[in-house]
Amino acid sequence: MDHESLRHFADSWGLAALVTIFVGIVIYVLRPKGGRTYREAAQIPLKDDPPETAAGRGPPGGAPGERLHSAAPELDKVTGRMTTGHSWDGIQELNTPLPRWWLWTFYASILFAIVYMILYPAIPLFSKATDGVLGHTERGALQQELAAAKSAQAGQLERIAAASLQEIPADPDLLRFAVAGGRSAFAVNCSQCHGSGGQGATGFPNLNDDEWLWGGSLDAIEATITHGIRYEQDPDTRQNAMPAFGRDGLLTRGQISDVTAYVMSLSDRVAAHGDAAVGKALFQDNCAACHGAGGDGNRELGAPSLRNAIWLYGSGEAEIFATIHAARNGVMPAWGGRLDPVTIKQLSLFVHSLGGGE
Amino acid sequence: MLSHKIIERNATLLLVLSLLVVTIGGIVEIAPLFYLQNTIEKVSGIRPYTPLELAGRNIYVREGCYNCHSQMIRPFRDEVDRYGHYSLAAESMYDHPFQWGSKRTGPDLARVGERYSDDWQVQHLAAPRSLVPESIMPGYPFLLERPLDLQTVAAQLEANRAVGVPYSAEMIASAEADLRAQVDPDSDAVDGLLARYGDKVNVRNFDSQPGGATEMDALVAYLQMLGTLVDFRDYDEAANRR
Repeated sequence: MDHESLRHFADSWGLAALVTIFVGIVIYVLRPKGGRTYREAAQIPLKDDPPETAAGRGPPGGAPGERLHSAAPELDKVTGRMTTGHSWDGIQELNTPLPRWWLWTFYASILFAIVYMILYPAIPLFSKATDGVLGHTERGALQQELAAAKSAQAGQLERIAAASLQEIPADPDLLRFAVAGGRSAFAVNCSQCHGSGGQGATGFPNLNDDEWLWGGSLDAIEATITHGIRYEQDPDTRQNAMPAFGRDGLLTRGQISDVTAYVMSLSDRVAAHGDAAVGKALFQDNCAACHGAGGDGNRELGAPSLRNAIWLYGSGEAEIFATIHAARNGVMPAWGGRLDPVTIKQLSLFVHSLGGGE
Repeated sequence: MLSHKIIERNATLLLVLSLLVVTIGGIVEIAPLFYLQNTIEKVSGIRPYTPLELAGRNIYVREGCYNCHSQMIRPFRDEVDRYGHYSLAAESMYDHPFQWGSKRTGPDLARVGERYSDDWQVQHLAAPRSLVPESIMPGYPFLLERPLDLQTVAAQLEANRAVGVPYSAEMIASAEADLRAQVDPDSDAVDGLLARYGDKVNVRNFDSQPGGATEMDALVAYLQMLGTLVDFRDYDEAANRR
């Protein structure tokens, strides 16, 4: 019995049972010959307490609503304050004024509100609200804050904008500034896919190693960040497409097994299925154009090397089979329209500094 | 003269008068927003959701995404630096109800559109920790298996039109066809979809699965358009200072 069926039960028979029990109890209690117990219990709130005779109590209560008596205000001996003249069951109400500090705070807050309404946008009129004497707007204040933050870094940012990517590493101070800025931009924009340490995940490349799909030089990294990979909306995006050999019927499942066996043999492994010798011929016909005759890959085409231990979508036989069968063709968005060129430069320097930069 | 004593001794009258006072306060705060001309910024690019995006939005609400994710970038430096341009009122003018939210266990999603690839969105929704080990978001792998309920598509558009979203009769009539076309780039109906909702609509098989639209398709289509409608290169910042 899972959650779903329990919920259906609660919505139908369970609910009906509870309603039946509730209605049954009400009918039982209210039935004409119902026990005296319930009738007496129902009267409890209406009963009056027996009058007390202790000193200080007023006259015993009459009918409800007539218990509030007015009396002349008098001096209360214990507190030294006057009473209001209200008396309830003989208990007199003291006329205690509000504490001074509270009263003055109250007046001050009224005054503050008036001043605030004059200084800041406040009162809605016909087409817009009053602007306030200070001319303050939240969005204007934000622009000032952003401009101030930018001008504080202006010297460094301008130098990064003016220098080429190759010149920046020659200046240790500028490089440190650029890499620090790149690190924070990476955490905000890139870490979701490439990991907070650039370690990547299945389907999203590790940026710490020296294996690069499209090149690990500063310029190549900058181009990848700016235009993305297989990102349709950017005409300059890095473009290639591995065919889905199985799904599109270019190879049979048996042939894919053979190619898989050959691809695994390239990294000195033996597959459980398939004939690597047959796969080798199929590889030359179908795969070598991009991945190279020896499987070394080709950065011009973004084709990865198949001869090492780095596998973007998993190194197992099943994963390689799936890659050949349906292809992968992952997408990286272009950041050129989203981040300014200086930030992209800083990001390129940061990624380059992670360890695998060329 | 309405004596205080009368109010104190008549609970119903006290209740009615309290309600009156609260109502006046509420009207003064809320009503001007409906007639002040500068409440909603004048920007170009805002369009109603396509049927697929609207279905995705309903899944977003159904799964309670708003419990952890806001869709409102406030005009503060830390938010703008992290999430992008502050949100405009115009950007949620066709949201019923809006998804601004007030609690962020996860990040703000107002501008998550086109930030990550479809593959990332699908894998992240199905198994968040496979991509972001630090994440505490629950996984939603079942969205990949559940076909989208197409029976209510037109009714959803109609309900939105009833509360002021400018869906035309043509849009409502072709709602189901438009929904199917958005996940099938090879379909002949794509031209009609783009004619009705604009050329910038994303037409892709969002979940990369063969077959019709799943709930994952709808949710990813919705997420991928969030915050992308306004082109901020044309935005007049000075004219929209509030």
